[in-house]
Amino acid sequence: MLIFILRRLLWMIPSFFAVSVVAFTIIQLPPGDFVTSYAADLATSGSPADPATLAAMRIRYGLDQPMVFQYFRWVGNALQGDLGMSFEYRTPVTDIIWNRLGMTALVAFCTLMFVWAVAFPIGVYSAVRQYSIGDYIITFLCFLGMATPNFLLALFVMYLSVEYLGYSVGGLFSPDFVNAPWDFARVLDLLKHLWIPVVVLGVAGIASLVRIMRANLLDELGKPYVETGRAKGLPELTLILRYPTRVAMNPFISTVGWILPVLVSGDVIVSSVLSLPTAGPILIQALKTQDMYLGGALIMFQCILVLIGTLLSDILLVWFDPRIRYDN
Amino acid sequence: MPPTRTVNSMTDRMTREPEPNDIVLEVKNLQTWFDTGRGGVLKAVDGIDLTLRRGRTLCVVGESGSGKSITARSILNIVPKPGRIVGGEILLHGAGPNGAPLNLAALDPKGRQIRAIRGHDIGMIFQEPMSSLSPVHTIGQQIVEAIRLHRPMSKADARARAIEMLAQVKIPRPGQSFDSYPFEFSGGMRQRAMTAMALVCEPKLLIADEPTTALDVTTQAEILDLMKGLQQLHGMALMFITHDMGVVAEIADDVAVMYHGKVVEHGPVNDIFFAPQHPYTKQLLNSVLALEQRSHLAGKSVKANQDDVILDVSNLTMSFGGRQPFFGRKLDGPVKALDGVSFALKRGETLGIVGESGSGKTTLGRCIMRILDPTSGQLIYKGRNAPAVDLAPLSRSAVKPFWRDMRMIFQDPFSSLNPRMTVFQIVAEPLRNHGIESGDELHERVAELLQRVGLPREAMSRYPHAFSGGQRQRIGIARAIALKPQLIVADEATSALDVSLRAQVLDLLLDIGQELDMSYVFISHDIGVIRYMCDRVAVMHRGRIVELGETQSVCDNPQHAYTQSLISAIPKPDPRLRGRTSRIRYISESVS
Amino acid sequence: MTTDASPPADLLPDVPPAPALARKAHASQWQLMWWQYRRHKLAMVSSLVLAFIILVAIFCEFLAPFSPNAFTPRYTYAPPQALHFFDRDADGSLVWRPHVNGYKVTIEPTALRRTFVVDESQKYPIGLFVKSDPYVMWGLFTLETKLFGPLKKGDPMYLLGADRLGRDMLSRIIYGTRISMSIGLIGVAMSLVLGIILGGISGYYGGWIDNIIQRVIEFILSLPTTPLWLGLAAAMPNNWPPLRIYLAITIILSLIGWTNLARVIRGRFLSLRTEDFVTAARLDGASEPRIIFRQMAPSFVSHIIAEVSLAIPAMILAETALSFLGLGLQPPIVSWGVLLQEAQNIRSITTAPWLFFPGIAVVIAVLSLNFVGDGLRDAADPYRQ
Repeated sequence: MLIFILRRLLWMIPSFFAVSVVAFTIIQLPPGDFVTSYAADLATSGSPADPATLAAMRIRYGLDQPMVFQYFRWVGNALQGDLGMSFEYRTPVTDIIWNRLGMTALVAFCTLMFVWAVAFPIGVYSAVRQYSIGDYIITFLCFLGMATPNFLLALFVMYLSVEYLGYSVGGLFSPDFVNAPWDFARVLDLLKHLWIPVVVLGVAGIASLVRIMRANLLDELGKPYVETGRAKGLPELTLILRYPTRVAMNPFISTVGWILPVLVSGDVIVSSVLSLPTAGPILIQALKTQDMYLGGALIMFQCILVLIGTLLSDILLVWFDPRIRYDN
Repeated sequence: MPPTRTVNSMTDRMTREPEPNDIVLEVKNLQTWFDTGRGGVLKAVDGIDLTLRRGRTLCVVGESGSGKSITARSILNIVPKPGRIVGGEILLHGAGPNGAPLNLAALDPKGRQIRAIRGHDIGMIFQEPMSSLSPVHTIGQQIVEAIRLHRPMSKADARARAIEMLAQVKIPRPGQSFDSYPFEFSGGMRQRAMTAMALVCEPKLLIADEPTTALDVTTQAEILDLMKGLQQLHGMALMFITHDMGVVAEIADDVAVMYHGKVVEHGPVNDIFFAPQHPYTKQLLNSVLALEQRSHLAGKSVKANQDDVILDVSNLTMSFGGRQPFFGRKLDGPVKALDGVSFALKRGETLGIVGESGSGKTTLGRCIMRILDPTSGQLIYKGRNAPAVDLAPLSRSAVKPFWRDMRMIFQDPFSSLNPRMTVFQIVAEPLRNHGIESGDELHERVAELLQRVGLPREAMSRYPHAFSGGQRQRIGIARAIALKPQLIVADEATSALDVSLRAQVLDLLLDIGQELDMSYVFISHDIGVIRYMCDRVAVMHRGRIVELGETQSVCDNPQHAYTQSLISAIPKPDPRLRGRTSRIRYISESVS
Repeated sequence: MTTDASPPADLLPDVPPAPALARKAHASQWQLMWWQYRRHKLAMVSSLVLAFIILVAIFCEFLAPFSPNAFTPRYTYAPPQALHFFDRDADGSLVWRPHVNGYKVTIEPTALRRTFVVDESQKYPIGLFVKSDPYVMWGLFTLETKLFGPLKKGDPMYLLGADRLGRDMLSRIIYGTRISMSIGLIGVAMSLVLGIILGGISGYYGGWIDNIIQRVIEFILSLPTTPLWLGLAAAMPNNWPPLRIYLAITIILSLIGWTNLARVIRGRFLSLRTEDFVTAARLDGASEPRIIFRQMAPSFVSHIIAEVSLAIPAMILAETALSFLGLGLQPPIVSWGVLLQEAQNIRSITTAPWLFFPGIAVVIAVLSLNFVGDGLRDAADPYRQ
């Protein structure tokens, strides 16, 4: 099993590099660079800068070098811990992103737990009581959940809160706690706000995982070993939970591989609607202004977050399923 | 010479007469029906009576669709939906209040009463040992669960009892096996483990639903021995469901013959075999006994030229690279599926290739057809009026022209016909691809072929799913002979068919073979089928041919130790031979 | 790779077979699929809904009462008007006269916001096949009739309310149907081409090609899609004509959506490669192309159709999200996502909750597509025992 983990870790190294190339390419795609959009900004505000200043800016930011060179310089620096400067905010990227990325990770992780905790029992119920009224209702709600865009749901939740509660539930902290030090009261405040983005992000995930759990469990329920268990005298519910459910957990756990990217990506849009202090809003801004280092670092770390999550789920899967352990 | 051991099978006693007050379970007028939707009903079990006595074995025998498996499940009240027990009684003696019989059919299928009986008073083992055990729990966990469901015991005590039981079913290293997973074992071992699990609470009755059908014949013999031994030890009643009359003759005291949901005949085993009353029983026995001898058509082909060899295989070797799980032990490095196989096939001859799983016989068939590429060796093929060519080194496209002359019949009648094509399209495919005919001529040709194999013309416009397994196999045969080939490789062509159909299909093949002057390479795991139709037989074991000769002499007087063990393990459909033949065990490496 | 497993057990199980199949001896694959599909009630209902949506998309110019960009400052954020079918005459008798009621508009001086109160005294009759301003149908010919609308040209009719510029929400949603649905279809078509080629190569050849393509697919699937879309979308110059932007958006969406289709196709190829009937066809002398198209293809066409109908909703949702953020389609193109841009800030929603309606249209379209896709997937393999 150790070999398996080692192999997966080794495989992640080329993935990291591939991700960094992708991130860099995306940032560089729009024509021009930060200086161009900065100049455009200045022009619209009525005080255009002169070309000499712009050229000097270019050289200072190293934007006049060829692409490949810029890429390697970026990666080289990043490996030493220097992620460059944000042109827009004029502060090192590292200062800006860690807090934000931490929040993104927190929201994604909590949503994942929420999705698993809710989808699992509902999926089991839906499979065991196939074609009952409960199953039909659940199926319909699942489809509804998968059909609703998450930002729409976020808007709707905000609308409801304003109409009926009188205040907006955006953000992760109440105004008092935004810059307060971390203590129990702050954590409590966070929890009070956290449930909304978690629910909004999680709805679509719950819906698809319920469908997956239901389908896999239905497959397993028809298998001979379930009959053997019944012939031994096991009570029905114990039988189902102990045997086919256990086997159906495997594909369930492995869904992390694609749920996590969906969550992290969904977070981008939802957090701009709900004004959450996660990576999303500043990423959008960075893309619009071509703030190269900031945007690149954000994209890259979001991808890395997903890769780590997938690794953890693979390890979990191996620990869980003896067949994989022995095959490797 | 590899070591052998002679083992007297444990059935040394003669068949006994039943004693009164010995009854464990009585089934009276049981009816289990299936709702087929839109108000239709399928009467899977339609009023049957059975009696199970302590220490005696009742074999319930029938072909597919007879209802025997549903009967077993009805007894334990685990009939799968949409089936349900609609009538009759299942009386378990001594289980009711004050020792009166308890009607199991009247109990709530999910209730506590029936659950207390399942696994404790009545144990059951199933057909597919791989999928009948949970893949993610150890064997030990599953057995301990069976113990602790019915007896309050500490975990340590339960573990000890489980290991004791594993030793009883002769699983080697029971302590270690306790912590192993099912996928680490071979088929025979898994079946032993399942038996241990079913018997661990010492039930009065053990129901076995075709437990040896999915096993090799040598493994089957071991398991049958085991069951008889356990029955003598524990004294329980055994209800053994099978479709194999040889097995029935080997172990039954009483027999019940089922057909379309009814018991058409029942009685002591000697009565059934030597004085059958019902026409179905007679027909069943006839088909079985027919396969005990040679077909009347066999060996009639004109033995023209002893030197007219159409296929000369020398030193054929085929290895699969990489790690291969090999029944409980994982070997690193390539596995030799074929190891220096050599034989010569004459024109008009039928050569049988017999072997168990892992022997390489299927691989041999596919190498001959060049579906697979052999690693080394020669495959010299001589077509009609053509020079001899070595097929082994040829590329895929160079081999293609030879596929007019060499054709294949597949094992699985369900997957060998494209379900999305009509029968006409399927049989016409080889004709079309060789540009032979088109249009009306094609129609006529296909109709002829279908009639040759015993199917009506109208079958052309239907799809495969409208036909039974036997009929589909005939369609496959029609496809194979469409181009009037010289050689046909039949890979387990009758293994998926009911016994009563087998002789018919084999006769058809012999008949066509004589008419078209074809040779067969007939691959099977069933030596009875080979004895029925083949002139010569090659016995394969672990990729090698261990014996090759005339069918009659190999079957009657085997030379090689493995052949001896194979022949002696086959159950004969004659109860008088029970216990008289000593079985020879071939000990090479793995324990089955 | 064929090693002997265990000797074959009896293949016909001792359980009653599906009697339905036995009856349909002459039924082709498509007929069997249709019978199977019919049993999925939700899918049948959704097919009707979907057909309706497609009709709306095709005939949107004729069906929408007003032009999507026609604005009336007087009716900014007007609430939806109830459609009444009956009216009372002066003598009190009920008469069939479909109409909507007008508003009494008052302007609040401080916030400069309009408040609308329903005024029963103003009645605007509605009818079928009414005259309207000339418009171009399908870019081909000019018409002057609409399916339904106010009988007198110029009367207000806001069945789903009006937006920030007084534009009719109903008409805008109807026009948006065409753009949103077609992006879904075209995007999926492109994904399909990519998916078939790559998935087919991967599954058919196997070996190292398969390995590489699989790794690439895994890698793409593991990336969070939104940052990638945003990046790609932000890369488009603002000065492109709307049509080019439209095409670019579909290309971007399809570049990421092909992975699922490729996987399904690869899976089908892999399982088909080992089927006996494919080997038999090869032995029958069929050429490789014939095997692929004649033997294998019919087997996975149905699966492809099912996956395609499940992939379209993802495209629609993606386009909606992009346009909502302002990085996708831009006005004057009208798609549901563009319409939802109006609902972006909380103030406008609280004033005019009917700005949510385009979202409901999205939900309905995606829901029916998902149900239809689910039904197709269930019916895709009618030979499954």
